[in-house]
Amino acid sequence: MEQATHKHPNYIAVWIGLAVLTAIELTVAFLPWSKRTIILVLIFLALWKALMVALYFMHLRFEPTRMRILAAAPLPLAVILVIAVITEFRW
Amino acid sequence: MAHPAVLEPPAEAEPGSGVYNEKLGMWVFLLSEVMFFTALIGSYIILRFGHPEAWAAPGKVLNIPVTAVNTFLLICSSVTMVKAYAGAVDGKQEALKLWLVLTVIIGATFVGIQVYEYYHLIEKAFIPSQGLYGSTFYTMTGFHGFHVTMGVLCMMFVTWKAFRGAYSATDYRGVEVIGLYWHFVDLVWIILFTIVYLI
Repeated sequence: MEQATHKHPNYIAVWIGLAVLTAIELTVAFLPWSKRTIILVLIFLALWKALMVALYFMHLRFEPTRMRILAAAPLPLAVILVIAVITEFRW
Repeated sequence: MAHPAVLEPPAEAEPGSGVYNEKLGMWVFLLSEVMFFTALIGSYIILRFGHPEAWAAPGKVLNIPVTAVNTFLLICSSVTMVKAYAGAVDGKQEALKLWLVLTVIIGATFVGIQVYEYYHLIEKAFIPSQGLYGSTFYTMTGFHGFHVTMGVLCMMFVTWKAFRGAYSATDYRGVEVIGLYWHFVDLVWIILFTIVYLI
């Protein structure tokens, strides 16, 4: 096992990215846009930040493919659950 | 060969996933946690869509500036945690200990600020039995706060072990496993902050 050269992702760059996205969220939340637009933008930003944490801090980007598939396993179920409860008020 | 960011310690690895057992176990636990928090978020959505009049506009009741600072702190704690992990992988004991201590301090500060927030909300009569808004707010943030508290306690144990020299460049499993949990708690807060405070 090699221990000599350990190259880590640029964690500080990820941190700055997360901080900037948080600042954008705080700004967007109070813009005079329609409620629907604000919700869509905020959810997009939150998912982007969550993805950055999972990929770089939890190192999913660098894990074996099988591990990544395992980590993604509950996501379709989570989406189905959320869509199901939303449609409760549409149908 | 695995990417250097996830070099495997010399420990027994599961043949299927290719990662060592403790790490696989933590991931499986975290996947169950995804469904736990999704159930809470799903319940929140159904209640909020059904009774939009029960919720105040963002910032009317909840203190967004204080919570934004808390969100930033939790993001910072994820960086200190991953720097501790990097220190362990690189065999830098002083860096490992320093970043772990900082993570514990920042994590405990997050919990302290949440308690401060609760105290002032309760003073303003915003309590769990106040209605849908109060009950969903305290349920979601309370469960998350409980997870952070457990994370801080586990992190204190890992830090104590680090000071006793339990981790090295060839065995940093404990640091990586608690790190996965900690980053997950940060990830959940990123979602909760948006849907509970900003929307």
